[in-house]
Amino acid sequence: MKVDDLLNVPQFSLDQAEKDKAMLVLMKGLHEHHVANSVAYKEICTRVFGTKVDFKTLEDLPFIPVSAFKNHQLMSINEGDIFKVLTSSGTTGQSVSRIYLDKDTARLQSVALSKIISHVVGPQRLPMLVIDSKAVFENKLSFSARGAGILGLAPFGKDHTYVLNENFEPDEAVLKGFLEKYDGQRIFIFGFTFMVWQFLQKANFDKKYDLSNAILMHSGGWKKLIDRAVDNATFRLKLKEKFNLEHIYNYYGMVEQVGSVFMENQNGYLHAPNFADVIIRNPVDFSVQPIGQPGLIQVISALPISYPGHSLLTEDIGVLEGVDDSQGGWKGKYFRILGRAKKAELRGCSDTFNK
Amino acid sequence: MENNQKLINSFQEALGLDTSSIVDSLTYQSVPEWDSISHMILISQLEEDFNVSLETDDVIDMSSFAKAREILAKHGVSF
Repeated sequence: MKVDDLLNVPQFSLDQAEKDKAMLVLMKGLHEHHVANSVAYKEICTRVFGTKVDFKTLEDLPFIPVSAFKNHQLMSINEGDIFKVLTSSGTTGQSVSRIYLDKDTARLQSVALSKIISHVVGPQRLPMLVIDSKAVFENKLSFSARGAGILGLAPFGKDHTYVLNENFEPDEAVLKGFLEKYDGQRIFIFGFTFMVWQFLQKANFDKKYDLSNAILMHSGGWKKLIDRAVDNATFRLKLKEKFNLEHIYNYYGMVEQVGSVFMENQNGYLHAPNFADVIIRNPVDFSVQPIGQPGLIQVISALPISYPGHSLLTEDIGVLEGVDDSQGGWKGKYFRILGRAKKAELRGCSDTFNK
Repeated sequence: MENNQKLINSFQEALGLDTSSIVDSLTYQSVPEWDSISHMILISQLEEDFNVSLETDDVIDMSSFAKAREILAKHGVSF
């Protein structure tokens, strides 16, 4: 069993039983690899999970908190093999996470992302409308998460057109020009959730553009929209009303697991691809929550080889909605994000891992 | 040979590299000029110069100058 076996079959095609079996083998191998090659990972795991892990199911796999990448240098390669260092967008006053990639892991990430996105978009590159500004690329040495998100999806597009000018102001002429040029055609639209709402949904047009063949992908979180009482259902409904836009795909991913993207489908829930998974855990005792019970989201991915990011406890709260029975035939687990965990909810986590 | 020179010119124009550094062993992200932003400029340049339409997999697979030649050959460009 190799990760390529899970990448080279159509994504979202494995049912949970098949996937559990394949992932268990891969994750056991990855855990042992990181214990052998990262002293910091071994220390954290041993402290919390003991020296010997009994791998009966994926749920037995040790996990570390995403915040560990801020406090520790976590890598499983020699310094000379570092190809790229990704950093998280830490808010002011916080330390940033550092994720160390070698060439192999970077390649796996881009192949994996391509398999997921092309499952939705298809193999042909489509005219691409980006709801952002080119100015996000100005500091080439340290891209923001936004810049990295756009660049990750750029290979799926052509005639890349940016709706905001260099000063991050909407350029209506550019937006209208693009929609006029490709009215009714297959196009690819990408932007951060809040910006799509602000600069596409709320833009004023003299005519109704037909985006029934367009594919919209968006990410970045709902916080700003929830403050404005816009949830996912409203977001989808309003875009359908305004543009007849129905192919809408939100996704959930993080810099600590680039390439492992959890993708929404027509039912509005996020789905785990073949080579990744989610487990919802009780924030107090970390036991596994059943369908319908909210908890901290643990993300599992078979991609991280150069750094121990294969099993992470996030600071997001989510709820499992079902397994193998999603509308549209996508197999495996599907879930919903409820928001960021409150500080109090993370206290148990920090007590456990930062002794 | 003619198309090889044309390919060197495309790389030079899109990436702003000196022609002497545009050799088979030149790989993506090995020089500051060939990063993920200029990569998309390079792709557009190749599509224009060779009148081909490259797919997403081609964009992702184009990891070196030699690989670019291979991918263009797949699209009917002879070297």
